[in-house]
Amino acid sequence: MSNVIILPVIIPFIIGAILILLYKRHTIQRVISGITMLALLALSVYLAIYVYQHGTLVLEVGDWEAPFGIVIVADLLSTLMLLLSTLVGTVCLFFAFQTIARDREKQFFYPLYLFLMIGVNGSFLTGDLFNLFVFFEVMLIASYGLIVHGGTGYQLRESFKYVIINIFASALFIVGIAWIYSITGTMNMAHIAQRVSELDQTGALNIVAIMLFIVFASKGALFPLYFWLPKSYYGPPAAIAALFGGLLTKVGIYAIIRTFTVIFNHDTGFTHKGLIVTVAGFTMLFGVLGAVSQFDFKRILSYHIISQVGYMVMGLGIFTPLAVAGAIYYIAHHMIVKTALFLFAGATQKITGTTDLKKMGGLIGTHPWLAWLFFITAISLAGIPPLSGFFSKFPIILAGFEEQQYVISAVALLVGLLTLFSMMKIFSYAFWGKQKHTAAQAKIPVGKLLLPILPLVALTIILGFAAEPIFTYSMEVAEDIMNPTNYIESVLKE
Amino acid sequence: MELLMSIVIGIVFSVTIYLFMSKDLLRVVAATLLLSHAVHLLLLTMSGLQRGAAPVLSFDAEAYTDPLPQALVLTAIVIAFAVTALLLVMSYRTYKVHKTDDLEELRGSADE
Repeated sequence: MSNVIILPVIIPFIIGAILILLYKRHTIQRVISGITMLALLALSVYLAIYVYQHGTLVLEVGDWEAPFGIVIVADLLSTLMLLLSTLVGTVCLFFAFQTIARDREKQFFYPLYLFLMIGVNGSFLTGDLFNLFVFFEVMLIASYGLIVHGGTGYQLRESFKYVIINIFASALFIVGIAWIYSITGTMNMAHIAQRVSELDQTGALNIVAIMLFIVFASKGALFPLYFWLPKSYYGPPAAIAALFGGLLTKVGIYAIIRTFTVIFNHDTGFTHKGLIVTVAGFTMLFGVLGAVSQFDFKRILSYHIISQVGYMVMGLGIFTPLAVAGAIYYIAHHMIVKTALFLFAGATQKITGTTDLKKMGGLIGTHPWLAWLFFITAISLAGIPPLSGFFSKFPIILAGFEEQQYVISAVALLVGLLTLFSMMKIFSYAFWGKQKHTAAQAKIPVGKLLLPILPLVALTIILGFAAEPIFTYSMEVAEDIMNPTNYIESVLKE
Repeated sequence: MELLMSIVIGIVFSVTIYLFMSKDLLRVVAATLLLSHAVHLLLLTMSGLQRGAAPVLSFDAEAYTDPLPQALVLTAIVIAFAVTALLLVMSYRTYKVHKTDDLEELRGSADE
């Protein structure tokens, strides 16, 4: 059974390699990659259910015993993240079928897409710190390819900065790995966790913790390392921007959650309640202020990624089961809603030919479905009950007040208000008001474009109305990761 | 030996940072190249430098070099190689499209 958990890495690898050979035949590429993503989605649903019922699955690759070989671990958190990532990947792929230009499609778009999925899935599943670095790199190299895909001047210029900051962060990752290896003498995360608890997390180990935090923070766009995000996510087409906005930063956040619950959980007063909470507060505040100051559909959404990543690490920073459960719920909500919003931006861009809010208006008259679906998603993002945004922010802020973290909780509430403001700004500029697009543009049908987004909108409603069972599930995930002995014992088999 | 290596790594890191600060596209690419060398040296040094022993573990060996960092550094070198190749292509394309390799001119205007 445990062999199955490596399939989410192997399947896209083999199919992606085959698709390179078929690069001239775009119909075949579409069919194969579409089937692959649907298969991955089905597989990750199956894995999530199986792990929920039977407990953590561990695969020792090549049958090398745990601390010596690489382990692939599927626990509750990994399978949840896997499920979300394949969901976002599938939706964006079906959106890409209709929006990616034919000549871009022939430039190895689908192989790169599947290679990105290898990196993301692998990062969620691996139980080895160096292997995490390798999967990060696989993901990043594929993302470098996708972000410059098409090679317009804007994309090349901004992607260069994106590549440089990521190369620098990856180099620091190796530095962190080298330090942790010199201290603990192992690369297996469960084994590192065991050694760290024996060594008592002080001095050099805290420095390593902060080093790894900086690395993951720059991939996850936390304050003050978020400046690369808004500009570089603006360049690529909507399907790629949605994929990046939904997935990539969350891989960094997943890595922070994993390392700071399994390994560095002994000095929470300093690392969690001090460092992470402070960073989370600034991230939320600066992200939302950036969004408020913008007048561009995609840019507002990009800045909101930053502010919302802040909520996730805030949940981790408060570090009670309730807060961590809230953070996990929030990740699920955010990945679904943010992808949907980026895709709506792509759909409006297809109609109006622009993402500048000042040049849009009156879309509600000509495309009411688009407008109302956007409205549901936007208020979900802002946290209006009964949608998923409310039920995911509520436990985080509640836990903040329970733990007497009043400042951060107040910041979170203020950021929620400003989020609502900037979402309403998009709605009133782009959808209300006088019609600014031509009669010919008003006739452009978007029904087929909205089809892939519908499951996401349905999910944000379901996540809201079925908050009770889903919150119970997040609570179980949170209690599982807050108690790392489960993880350590299932990997090291003691 | 570790002390000497630490000093060397420090020097390479400072050269890297200097190159990152420069305005020239190619110098920044060179900086990433040097940066990868610096971190790979660090990875090897951090595991302790053993001399005169093979990195093979047998049960009756008295001394052996830790083989894991060598495996890790090999993987890291391959990745750095791929990234550098990609970055070179990207910077060449950037130069062709924008007709400049001055990063000051590649900043992008505020109104975009």
